[in-house]
Amino acid sequence: MIKTFVKCIREYKLPTILTLVFIIAEVFIEVLIPTYTARLVNGVQASAPIAELLPAGLTLVAMAIVSLLCGGGAGYTGAKASAGFAKNVRHDVFERIQHFSFQNIDKFSTASLVTRLTTDISNVQMAFMMSIRIAVRAPLMFVFSIVMAYRMGGSLAATFLVVVPVLIVGLLLIARKAMPAFRSVFRRYDRMNESVEENVRAMRVVKGFAREDYEKEKFGKASGSIAKDFTKAERIVALNNPLMTLCMNFNMVFVLMVGAKLIVTSRGTLINVGEISAMLTYGMQILMSLMMISMIYVMMTISYESMKRIVEVLVEKPSLKMKDEPITEVRDGSVEFTDVSFKYSESAEKYALEDVNLHIPSGSTVGIIGGTGVGKSTLVQLIPRLYDTTEGSVKVGGVDVRDYDIEALRGAVSMVLQKNELFSGTIRENLRWGDPDATDEEIEQACRLAQADEFIRSFPDGYDTHIEQGGTNVSGGQKQRLCIARALLKKPKILILDDSTSAVDTRTDALIRAGFREYIPETTKIIIAQRVASVEDADLILVMDNGRIVGRGTHAELMRSSEIYREVYEQQTNGGDEDEE
Amino acid sequence: MKSKRGESLKENFGAIAWTLKKFFGYYPVLGPLAMLCILFSAIVAAIPAVFIQKVLAVIETFVASGDWSAARQALLPYIFTLIGLYAVSICSLTLETQLMAIMTQGFLDKMRREMFNGMQDLPIRYFDSHKHGDIMSFYTNDIDTMRQLVSGSLPAFIRSGAIVIAVLAIMIYYSVWMTLVLLLGVVAMFYVSKVVGGGSAKYFMQQQKAVGAMEGFAQETMNGQKVVKVFCHEQKSIEDFDKVNGELYEVGFRAHAFASVLGPIIANIGNILYVTLALVGGVFILMKVPNVSLSGLALDVTILVPFLNMARQFTGNINQLSQQINSIVMAGAGAQRVLSLVNEPPEEDNGYVTLVNVETDEKGELREVEQHTGHWAWRHPHQAEGTITYTPLRGDVRMVDVDFAYEEGKPVLHDISVYAEPGQKVAFVGATGAGKTTITNLINRFYDIADGKIRYDGININKIKKDDLRRSLGIVLQETNLFTGTVMENIRYGRLDASDEECEEAARLAGADDFIRRLPQGYQTELQNNGANLSQGQRQLLAIARAAVADPPVMILDEATSSIDTRTEAIVQRGMDKLMEGRTVFVIAHRLSTVMNSDVIMVLDHGRIIERGSHEKLIAERGTYYQLYTGAFELE
Repeated sequence: MIKTFVKCIREYKLPTILTLVFIIAEVFIEVLIPTYTARLVNGVQASAPIAELLPAGLTLVAMAIVSLLCGGGAGYTGAKASAGFAKNVRHDVFERIQHFSFQNIDKFSTASLVTRLTTDISNVQMAFMMSIRIAVRAPLMFVFSIVMAYRMGGSLAATFLVVVPVLIVGLLLIARKAMPAFRSVFRRYDRMNESVEENVRAMRVVKGFAREDYEKEKFGKASGSIAKDFTKAERIVALNNPLMTLCMNFNMVFVLMVGAKLIVTSRGTLINVGEISAMLTYGMQILMSLMMISMIYVMMTISYESMKRIVEVLVEKPSLKMKDEPITEVRDGSVEFTDVSFKYSESAEKYALEDVNLHIPSGSTVGIIGGTGVGKSTLVQLIPRLYDTTEGSVKVGGVDVRDYDIEALRGAVSMVLQKNELFSGTIRENLRWGDPDATDEEIEQACRLAQADEFIRSFPDGYDTHIEQGGTNVSGGQKQRLCIARALLKKPKILILDDSTSAVDTRTDALIRAGFREYIPETTKIIIAQRVASVEDADLILVMDNGRIVGRGTHAELMRSSEIYREVYEQQTNGGDEDEE
Repeated sequence: MKSKRGESLKENFGAIAWTLKKFFGYYPVLGPLAMLCILFSAIVAAIPAVFIQKVLAVIETFVASGDWSAARQALLPYIFTLIGLYAVSICSLTLETQLMAIMTQGFLDKMRREMFNGMQDLPIRYFDSHKHGDIMSFYTNDIDTMRQLVSGSLPAFIRSGAIVIAVLAIMIYYSVWMTLVLLLGVVAMFYVSKVVGGGSAKYFMQQQKAVGAMEGFAQETMNGQKVVKVFCHEQKSIEDFDKVNGELYEVGFRAHAFASVLGPIIANIGNILYVTLALVGGVFILMKVPNVSLSGLALDVTILVPFLNMARQFTGNINQLSQQINSIVMAGAGAQRVLSLVNEPPEEDNGYVTLVNVETDEKGELREVEQHTGHWAWRHPHQAEGTITYTPLRGDVRMVDVDFAYEEGKPVLHDISVYAEPGQKVAFVGATGAGKTTITNLINRFYDIADGKIRYDGININKIKKDDLRRSLGIVLQETNLFTGTVMENIRYGRLDASDEECEEAARLAGADDFIRRLPQGYQTELQNNGANLSQGQRQLLAIARAAVADPPVMILDEATSSIDTRTEAIVQRGMDKLMEGRTVFVIAHRLSTVMNSDVIMVLDHGRIIERGSHEKLIAERGTYYQLYTGAFELE
């Protein structure tokens, strides 16, 4: 896992390394400072003339300045490295998602992918920054300070033999007891917030059933039990502070008492007052660095979950395999299904499609009818190879879809999805998704065909009207027609409309189909619809049920042969016949 | 926000005071006790300096003679006092940190409940006019800043403040001159941190914006990820993402750079100050500058050494204080938002007519009883006469000349009159925004009408207690909302005391039983994330079952079957018909096949009823309904 992240440093290796160098230098100087301070203090104590004090003083000032530069430099390069690292991780995650197949996309929810790109990565960025700054600094500081303290204080350094193990064991015990408690309660805390969100979203239901008090009680219970467990965990962590203080206090008493004895008995030859003060500083540095290490440990465990979630995306393998020497030319718009069976995941018990055999000649119009969840969308999604078949093969233009270059295939097979999206930007920009080089005439032509030109022109800004995020400022029917126009701009050999005119009135719907017949006769048109009227005049109509094609033929044939078709037809036209002109 | 520190501090001061008042209100004894502990351990933390000075003085006295036993005699009292102080301070520190851990979580729990309980009582208008994400951030970000305030900033502020004052006092006690030198240095520190910290605040704000932009882009792309794939737009998406990502990097880098450069700068100004003090002190001692101090001691090395340590402590804590101010400002803003939620006026309910169980006694009169009888009546107290009348619950709903506007001056309903007799099916048809859903929002008083009257079984609905009114109405909405929990629990949401059999019966009625039994654990299948593992149609069936188990006399079906395909709808239809039998039903539907068999159909346009009558009558009229029916109009 760490390896995956290290790879993301890339062009920020230099600032990363510089950060480490700066920090090592800074720590080195910081550790020397108390020693020189001791000299200065002793000079003062010995009542040395100013001329003798000055060099030590100036050295110290110089050291402080260098330390400032190193510290500042480390801050700067560290910020650059960690911001850059985060940028690269974000790029990698986003890029990986772009290369997901539909199957991969189905596995993750939009919200969870967005969280990974935002919160999780910023957690990891924090962890990265901490680890290049503090994870190096603290242990170094610890070792250097101990060495210096030993060299200066001699037997006084014995205090660390007591304090350090006590603190280490104490911190470890606390961390080990607290972390699992935290982790489980964090998860429950997240879940509680999710349930609040659920409650807010469902407020009409809550109020509609007058369930306010029930919800209050439910929330109160969850919140209370979480508070209880949080308290347990936090009370353990709260021991950190007294433990640390205890160690520092011990250090103080020990150094004062034993130091005093050393000075007095040796008459100031072994150690002096300045050095005692330096010993106290070292003691502080040593204990602080241990504290830092335990903090990093906690930080790391918290960000561990985030790391795991990011890696989950990064290691997700796109499920479509590409040919080495793919075919880049789609000959015509014919489609051939041979013994196709399909299920969405290997573990699924039920096939979404079973034993489908189908031939669609280039340029014909095919309608597909059937209830929800019977496999209509699944069937057409195999044509542009949004999914691979589980068994059997799908051919477009006489060639197995797996042998095509994916862009060439999807360029030739234009599909308007059931759950379609426009993106924030102008209408023109949105339409150019179909063809980035489309001229204004081509765009308008496509819109006329999709019966969108008229309403676009009715907007004050026409084709430059800005579409809001999610396309919320156009109506459902307008959105569908824009999506059709966008798909038409690809000048596809096969055009698939997956229930794409459900919000369009029947007259406009008919106009769109008439336009198809007239202006794009060469294109194979596959139309999934709820309304029989939308497919009535197709060359071939497929009736689907339970993952199978259970009826095929023209409208007239199916009225005779397919019970389901007749049922749907009658249900939709029921009661209206006698009144229709 | 941080750039105008003073201003926002003032602005949020009320909210901070409110938070503290709440906190100490919840913990009137433990709270102040913890604060006292903090003060105590802070002062003890400042004291060692005095002891170091004493010890060093003793050492100075005896170092020439080398007489350790005499020195020890002189030292021990100090050392023992020090140990005693330390022991007490550790006890108080432990007490304080334990208390804080307990109180912080307790406080958060109480705050969360107060927010949530208050929120449950808010009118629907509040939820319609606030983004859900914004409401959620009360529970996540804002309450977290309050936690910071109570458990972090407040103790740290008291601690650092106390230490600063104590140390300052001790320093003045020893030497005024030296203290002045130190204060000069502190001013320099403040200046630097203001300059650098200001830059950091500016970039942090920009970073916030850049994060928002990046998140928005990611959200949009992820939402339309399949479209991206279909158009082979991946490369272009990556390029666009790299742009917003690059911008985020630029400002994020600057924000962090400023923030992390500040630490070393402050620390090393501290170091330089330390050296300067040592040198100045040395010079003072050498020159025998007369010391001005409270203690009257002459400046010598035994004072200088502890003084240097105190200087460290002083600058460190001043630094702490300035950092705390930043997070207090932020906490203030968060507390302000929480306060705005808690202070939001709750839904008003002056209703006094309640729904009670009744039975008919021998004389054929209604009598109120405790137990569930299956018969309901409105209990209507008349204050003037001091009598109580009972009206049987029948489901007769009348709206007379109702006007309504969501916003003043923008009326959405004009002169709506609808009479629904018990057992009738009334349908509303019309374009999006015509006011169909608004009408149903008025019947259950999600919103209150501006003019006109709505009567339920002859009672003005304003007189009916809202909970009881809503209990007598079942609603099924287009946007189905299920809760985390089992299928069974979700159905039972309609009536909490329904037995398993009753829930299953309701599911059968709604036509949901079939698919539920095919779920992995049947009725015990856990639903998560609003039933994400179900299809939209299945979710609607569950919502219908949920309304069915409540068994209300009046039902509102707002596009309740819109996501069920026509064929399944036909199958469900029988169940639906049974469900609607004997109930007053308001139906809103896109699909005309759903409303055709209604007793009366209202065609709405721009908030007015433009046609009303049965299907046959409206078809014969050849009006708007006819055009809709023949598909000449598109319904949005």
